[in-house]
Amino acid sequence: MNLTLKVWRQLNAKEAGKVETYNVKDISPDSSFLEMLDILNEQLINSDIEPVAFDHDCREGICGMCSLYINGEAHGPDRKVTTCQLHMRMFKDGDTITIEPFRSAGFPVVKDLVVDRSAFDRIQQAGGYVSVNTSGNTQDANAIPIPKADADKAFDAATCIGCGACVATCKNGSAMLFVSAKVSQFSLLPQGQVEKDRRVLNMVDQMDSEGFGNCTNTGACEVECPKGISLDNIARMNRDFLSASILSKDK
Amino acid sequence: MSNSGIGKTSIGRKVVMALSGLFLLVFLLQHLIINFLSVINPDAFNAASQFMGTNPFVQFLAQPILIAGVLVHFAMGVILTIKNKKARPVAYVVDNQAANSSWVSRNMIITGIMIFLFLVIHMGQFWIHEISLKFFGEQSWDKVGFVKGTEDFRYWAELHKTMGDPINASLYTLAFIFLGLHLAHGFASTFQSVGFRDKKYTPGLEKFGKAYSVLVPLLFIVIAWFHVITE
Repeated sequence: MNLTLKVWRQLNAKEAGKVETYNVKDISPDSSFLEMLDILNEQLINSDIEPVAFDHDCREGICGMCSLYINGEAHGPDRKVTTCQLHMRMFKDGDTITIEPFRSAGFPVVKDLVVDRSAFDRIQQAGGYVSVNTSGNTQDANAIPIPKADADKAFDAATCIGCGACVATCKNGSAMLFVSAKVSQFSLLPQGQVEKDRRVLNMVDQMDSEGFGNCTNTGACEVECPKGISLDNIARMNRDFLSASILSKDK
Repeated sequence: MSNSGIGKTSIGRKVVMALSGLFLLVFLLQHLIINFLSVINPDAFNAASQFMGTNPFVQFLAQPILIAGVLVHFAMGVILTIKNKKARPVAYVVDNQAANSSWVSRNMIITGIMIFLFLVIHMGQFWIHEISLKFFGEQSWDKVGFVKGTEDFRYWAELHKTMGDPINASLYTLAFIFLGLHLAHGFASTFQSVGFRDKKYTPGLEKFGKAYSVLVPLLFIVIAWFHVITE
């Protein structure tokens, strides 16, 4: 496959970026999108051009490190896959592919296609955990019976890899899907009940202070999420937040 | 929590949007029922108009709440849109939003502004007239519904004259198409925003919302053109 790539190049967060056009030849349809970018970078290095910076790690869809806004969609045109799982057979020979970073006030560009997603870490640190007494008498988590339906929902929420595709695709740059998944995975379980109110209040507060936008229920996040995190989580977080704001002693 | 108040949080703003929207959905139904009386029974329409226009509860409690509801819903919509634009300072070069969301859900501010502009015209045509007669006119409240110097109600005749103009009816038709588009997303969205989402009830609620967003504006349009045809 021969392709024309329009790639966003940006030196750092302060400099303005622009689109550069590159051509790549003889790309196998069986190669992954990131392998195609590796080939591009080898070509650029051989021509004494600075290679394109992009995030990646496990390359098997579980670490949440890869990103990229490909032809106007987070993680590209395929569904329920991350960019590293996207294959070149999704494109046609002769295609022009536009590659941009995830764009949000909460995700400043580090370089080229790499963005700083540490806002998600700060939201998680604000309450996305269950405090455990480690004095030596920690209870086995499995000692508490959990209804299968709740365990399944909590597990589904916990499959969120924190890649930020929800923010990237949302026209409002809202982080509600990510935050609601991280709230739900604990608030559905008995171990998460004690800190339930404090968790949702603190995580939403942190989310708001990171510069993410407001959810308007377009549902784009759910469609583009590589893990298929459901809008049910956002509704649950809205409920939990409302009741905690009105009734909780932690408010 | 840094205790800035629920109204200043992102979810708090969503809830304000949803509750004011839900209130306006209910109001719309009441408005439709009274308007529909003008088609089936002019006397009943006159009686309902007289009641709504002179009942102190409606005039001094419900009416201010309604005006506040419209203004809060509109102002919050504008505030949210400005904040949401700021959340993405650099726009995408290529953004294929149609791949994952509906046009109506992405353009609530456009349909909303069109409805608000229509409301300005609508208030100018009917509401200002009523208020000036009631509060600045010579007639007492029990006589304000009559054509001056007679015992005949003026409500139906005035509505018939205004709506009978095809240009006016066309303007109303256009406005109600925008309203339908707004409701196509807005109805179900209100429930999601307040956290009501359920495997069993939500699909039915969404279908009901779609039906509401088609039927209610359509009936308003039918009423408008009824007055054009019978003029």
